[in-house]
Amino acid sequence: MLDLTARELSAKILHGEITSVEATEGVFERIERIEPTVGAYISTFKDYALSRAADVDRRVAAGEQVGALAGVPVAVKDNMCMSTGATTCASKILENFRSPYDAHVVERLEAADAVIVGKTNMDEFAMGSSTENSGLKQTVNPWDATRVPGGSSGGSAAAVAARLCFGALGSDTGGSVRQPAGFCGVVGLKPTYGRVSRFGLVAYGSSLDQIGPLTFDVADAALMLNVIAGHDERDSTSVSNEIAAPCDYLEKLDEPLSGLKIAIVPEFNAGADSEVQNAVAAALEVYKGLGAELIEIRMPHFEYAIAAYYVIATAEASSNLARYDGVHYGHRTAAPADYVEVYSKSRAEGFGDEVKRRIMLGTYALSSGYYDAYYLRALKVRNLIRQDFTKAFEKADCIMMPVSPTTAFKVGEKTADPLQMYLADIYTIATNLSGVPGISVPCGQDSSGLPIGLQIMTPAFTEEKLLRIGRMFEKHTDHHTKKPDI
Amino acid sequence: MAKKIDESQVRQVAKLSRLDLTDDEVARFSIELSAIVEYIEKLNELDVDSVEPLAHCLPIGNVFRADEIRPSLDTEAALSNAPQRHDEYFKVPKILDDNSGA
Repeated sequence: MLDLTARELSAKILHGEITSVEATEGVFERIERIEPTVGAYISTFKDYALSRAADVDRRVAAGEQVGALAGVPVAVKDNMCMSTGATTCASKILENFRSPYDAHVVERLEAADAVIVGKTNMDEFAMGSSTENSGLKQTVNPWDATRVPGGSSGGSAAAVAARLCFGALGSDTGGSVRQPAGFCGVVGLKPTYGRVSRFGLVAYGSSLDQIGPLTFDVADAALMLNVIAGHDERDSTSVSNEIAAPCDYLEKLDEPLSGLKIAIVPEFNAGADSEVQNAVAAALEVYKGLGAELIEIRMPHFEYAIAAYYVIATAEASSNLARYDGVHYGHRTAAPADYVEVYSKSRAEGFGDEVKRRIMLGTYALSSGYYDAYYLRALKVRNLIRQDFTKAFEKADCIMMPVSPTTAFKVGEKTADPLQMYLADIYTIATNLSGVPGISVPCGQDSSGLPIGLQIMTPAFTEEKLLRIGRMFEKHTDHHTKKPDI
Repeated sequence: MAKKIDESQVRQVAKLSRLDLTDDEVARFSIELSAIVEYIEKLNELDVDSVEPLAHCLPIGNVFRADEIRPSLDTEAALSNAPQRHDEYFKVPKILDDNSGA
């Protein structure tokens, strides 16, 4: 049963072949067995999940209308507010925070009758690329417990890869859905900025953050996007239906695109490890075999994306994280000498090192005398990066490149040097700066058996096309069916 | 070579960020932030004089709605996570001295 995709499971539940309670109990049995090794979840809620599952089963049996994810056990990254359980952002400062409301995506999942089994681990406040910055626990890669699952949505990726749920939500600010999906051998979709409401997503870099699904295959990603996409007036950057209405992403999913033009940037592919290069080259051959044409392009400003990102994202973070003041919610220092110490000691005690670094970097970039040199310049470079994408999409339907330059690295390998950790996101960050959607699709394994991801990007609000392009590959390969031996 | 962000600058930025740092942290963050800022200065290689800044990747504008009273988070829910409260208020240490004349 745990080998089924979310789509297959939901069909079986609808036809009465499996109950949601059976599926949910199966997931919790596996969680009890495997989770001590993987560490994907910060919290699980078995009683809540089973009562929701029983309710779905009752309605299915009574022939009532049920939602698109009826009875399917799923997980949610712990930076999305949920009125059940705690919402911690993997931070000590929010360790005991209980959200009084549900995030838009949580409402949508529950309205679609999904069964949320728990909240997944992450880098604290989504700041990191390995989930090692979690202030609460360690998650390992289900393919090799000595390696990281990627980050920041490492818990969601590991939970899906280890079959501890049938799909999960993550958030992607600079690659935080796609990179862990690539490291863990699952599909990870970052929709266009504005496609999914951020209401109730704890903010990191507000002009970059976007929620997306991590799933067993592209079809499941389409299914979950169907549930979470669409306008929400509580997020003023959520795109209106007049500008770009979502569609049924499953409807034409299995129709391949003919005459597909794929842009590739030869020097990017050459910049990855040789085994990653080979797997991506083989994936491109599959597309060529399906009639696609490869077009070599240049994206001259792409190499500046990490530098621009670490100014823009940290500037936004320094402002967003000012709300953790020890007054309204979250940790407060035990014995402040004065009012200022309520802030400065609570924050010093509650935040981990990476969060402190990014708050200070952003504060520095915005401070008097440095604003023009760093922040304004980074915004201009952001424009140049977006122009690279615009020009690429004039010539091609999509761009393909690796998700990451390497496969999953060792736990502890990059923690001593923050800059080296940042450079691991070289292929994913530009997408967030320009807003376009991107997907990570499994495309092979290295000689140690670690998964490799192919990244595909398309123009803004063309997720339908993006998913169809990914699906074409999946139907002609079996990489997405490989499972870790855990 | 002088560090990009020396320890006094770290202390200043930490103060603006409302983060109490130990001396060890100041020394370490000075090294780490200097390396990051040095990398960021890669942005100076580009001529951006004639480029418009892009704060937001999509064309968005202000969103207005009618100024009508709607249900909002109730007081108990809003206070439910308060580290300290007093009746319907968030409680904090005294902000002004008794003789501050304010």
